Amino acid sequence: MPMTSLTNAIPAQPAPLAPAVGGDVPDYFALLKPRVMVLVIFTALVGMVVSHGHVSPVIAAISLLMIAVGAGASGCLNMWWDADIDAVMTRTAKRPIPDGRIRPEEALAFGLVLSVGSVLILGLAANWLAAGLLAFTIVFYAVIYSMWLKRATAQNIVIGGAAGALPPVIGQAVVSGSVGIESLVLFAIIFIWTPPHFWALALVKAGEYAKAGIPMMPNVAGPASTRRQIVYYTLLLAPLGLAPVALGFGGLIYAVVGVLGGIGMLAFSIQVLRNREGEAEKRAAMGMFAFSILYLFLLFAALLAEQGLGLYRPLVA
Amino acid sequence: MQDPKVEYRPLTPEEEARRRKRSVAIALALGAMVLLFFVLTIAKLGPQVLSRPL
Repeated sequence: MPMTSLTNAIPAQPAPLAPAVGGDVPDYFALLKPRVMVLVIFTALVGMVVSHGHVSPVIAAISLLMIAVGAGASGCLNMWWDADIDAVMTRTAKRPIPDGRIRPEEALAFGLVLSVGSVLILGLAANWLAAGLLAFTIVFYAVIYSMWLKRATAQNIVIGGAAGALPPVIGQAVVSGSVGIESLVLFAIIFIWTPPHFWALALVKAGEYAKAGIPMMPNVAGPASTRRQIVYYTLLLAPLGLAPVALGFGGLIYAVVGVLGGIGMLAFSIQVLRNREGEAEKRAAMGMFAFSILYLFLLFAALLAEQGLGLYRPLVA
Repeated sequence: MQDPKVEYRPLTPEEEARRRKRSVAIALALGAMVLLFFVLTIAKLGPQVLSRPL
């Protein structure tokens, strides 16, 4: 065989799922769930600005990058593990692995390398508490949630929500070298926000989840029970969202956003409870899903504006 | 090394282009990592790290 064929040839019978030459660069980027990475950067940054302590902007930027890469790595490992169920659901069927653009073993190697690299660099850049928390987040999401809870219990996203709630805690650990009440409150807000947010989507996508065999709450407890639980969690979330004001790190802007947003969340959850059929049901659930994203974004943006841009004004002078 | 028992086919131009892009991306990522470690070293230890006695 001619010499050039050593580098420019592949087995004539490629793997059935993916070409042996590997995917395109954007496919690898898609494995990292870039939209989740943006959310993680945002919440970790807020965890940093509400913390007492000082860290150089360079260290903060590198730390944020590593937290984002670690989150992306856990998303990549999740896609590797869930490729079989992703192929069944229309929402996820076009992801790089089920679509055959990247082989599962490539995604596994990519996720593992990024996981180890991000944790080590965060440890060197910031401190080993932050690195340990990042490692815990990756393991919790990839192993506890993806490999175990997701296919085992209807409480999957309730417990698994802890992984998504940890970035502000990591952010505070980067700045102060410890975990304080501020980031724990932000953790609690995201943790309690996660079930009503995801269950609103699950109400609409129940058929898809059933097809994939995932025990989401609407499939296990039924839509009526899920709607009631959405209201219960929202009743918890609305006052919890105001905890930063009570603790003094949320000011006037945050209080206004928290009160109006909390009322909005409650209104949407009641809409979900009341509209039980047809197009109205779908509209109410998707409205709740979309508004919950806006609510969380505005809460954290208010904290960022107050603590990061100096707009903090105490509610009580 | 190629397995003599496996039949090989040449890469298509599209596959070669894709591999080239991937190689460039890996090179850029490695370069970025070198830069990141350099910046991290300076940020953690200060610019004097370059002129300290061995």
